[in-house]
Amino acid sequence: MNKTLEKIAADLKAEFGPEIGLIPTEARGEVSFVLPAERIVAFAAALKKKHKFEMLASQTAVDYWPQLAPRYHVVYQFTSVSRKIRLEARVPLDGNDPEMPSLIPVYPNANWFERELWDMFGLRFTGHPDLRRILMPFDWEGHPLRKDYPLGYEEVQFTFNYEDIEVRKPRPKE
Amino acid sequence: MTLEPVMEVTVNDLKHLLSDRAAEGDTMLLNMGPQHPSTHGVLRLLLELDGEIVVNCIPDIGFLHTGIEKNMEAKTYIKAEVMTDRLDYLNTTGNNLVYVMAIEKLVGLDVPPRAEAIRVLIVELQRIASHLVWLGTHGLDLAAMSIFLYCFREREMILDILEMCGGQRMMTTYFRPGGLWRDTPVEFEAAVREFIRIFPKRVDEYEALLTRNPIFIDRTKGIGVIPKDKALEWGLTGPTLRGSGIDYDIRRAFPYAGYQDYEFDVPTEEGGDVYARYKVRMQEMRESLRIVQQALDNMPLGPVNSANRKFVPPPRSELGHSMEAVIHHFKLWTEGFEAPKASVYMPVESPRGELGVFLEGDGGPRPYRVHFRTPSFTNLQALPWLSEGHYVADLVAIIGSIDIVLGDVDR
Repeated sequence: MNKTLEKIAADLKAEFGPEIGLIPTEARGEVSFVLPAERIVAFAAALKKKHKFEMLASQTAVDYWPQLAPRYHVVYQFTSVSRKIRLEARVPLDGNDPEMPSLIPVYPNANWFERELWDMFGLRFTGHPDLRRILMPFDWEGHPLRKDYPLGYEEVQFTFNYEDIEVRKPRPKE
Repeated sequence: MTLEPVMEVTVNDLKHLLSDRAAEGDTMLLNMGPQHPSTHGVLRLLLELDGEIVVNCIPDIGFLHTGIEKNMEAKTYIKAEVMTDRLDYLNTTGNNLVYVMAIEKLVGLDVPPRAEAIRVLIVELQRIASHLVWLGTHGLDLAAMSIFLYCFREREMILDILEMCGGQRMMTTYFRPGGLWRDTPVEFEAAVREFIRIFPKRVDEYEALLTRNPIFIDRTKGIGVIPKDKALEWGLTGPTLRGSGIDYDIRRAFPYAGYQDYEFDVPTEEGGDVYARYKVRMQEMRESLRIVQQALDNMPLGPVNSANRKFVPPPRSELGHSMEAVIHHFKLWTEGFEAPKASVYMPVESPRGELGVFLEGDGGPRPYRVHFRTPSFTNLQALPWLSEGHYVADLVAIIGSIDIVLGDVDR
């Protein structure tokens, strides 16, 4: 691990560690923290103000269905442009009614990232001013990147199951 | 037969994004796109206009959403690679690069030096090609018609080189985990040398057309200014960020694929306006050419694929006499290789900015989750505040200057 990053990790651990159980994991040269949803805004603010992480590079999520608690991980990538280091934070979320605070007050570009997460995973961000679908049509049902959302394909009809599939084959509406 | 009413987003749904004057009919709502030629693809903008001045601009994206991330989850690591070309169709090899490098980082695969040098060379050529398309269309938007044809003439040379290597002009899928599909053909070096010979003069020609052109300067100077702090806060990257005077290039900050061994400058401009971003990209083309030159001059010899047979299929010639090679070949092309249960984030500098892949494996042969952090998506997000208070005609210049590719935005 890079020296600066080591120091920052120690600092963050001292600040957030005892009360929330911050777990820094290091693999393949990357540093990742796991922290609960309610602390993410304070964590990001500390990163931005104290440790000069000016940029939220990326925000995405992973669905661990059928595991339910936690079902999702929201993954943030922070970049410090001036100090040339990167850092990852993961926030586990429960499967029922996943909800977490929005990061817009700290990093305004979280806006579209969070809209995409709402669209694709159905994660709700409290305090988000404009939580609409962004990539899918506005009247779409379901959240496509969830693991229990089927990919969608056409079943192959053979002579032995031709009738079965013919019945349930999707067709354009009359 | 009764037709169901077509559901549409009403203005009421977007009321929180418009000013109060819109409700009173003081300002006008106008739809720009998704078929408008100067939105560079299928971008739809809902504009609230006061006369000709933009009061609010609401981007509506997703018309080109193809579910690439979902589709990749159902394919093996190698098979999913062909989908990455289709993201940013002006930076196809760059998308391949970031994806194969994420795989290499995830499974810990080595890449021979020759493959890395060829990768750098190809990616830099692609960067020039992408900037040429940007320059041509940007000029076209600002009514400079002839530059478009000049740019596409040189771009065609680069696409010919790509076709020589990968067999395709655009969707090459030339880079593979652990190396390349195959070595470069014999004609490759001469073609690249020819390009290096003519290109500096051609860039001078473009600059002669635009850099001191009073009409072009009138249209671009002082338009769409991005202040330094705001640029960082909004996660802007690439030439859009460097046009605001911030020296951040991932090739420098987090070197990958051997970029630390090349000598090149990271051009920055202080203006932060459309003109500054134009200047940065013009200089970047010259810098990319320098890297191409160095890569070609110092091209190492040797294999272009890793010898690790658990990830890289054996060459055809081995299949005839090695049983083990046949087994590896069969296993890799039917089942694919397995990656550990872990995640990586791999950023590279695409022509538009930070292109990052978040890749998570679950121990099986298919990626569990792939997410592309695309530069166009993040840069486009700045458009609403960037265009505020400008004329609609200037909005066209601003869209051109942040250089979005809608395939990259919508994925």
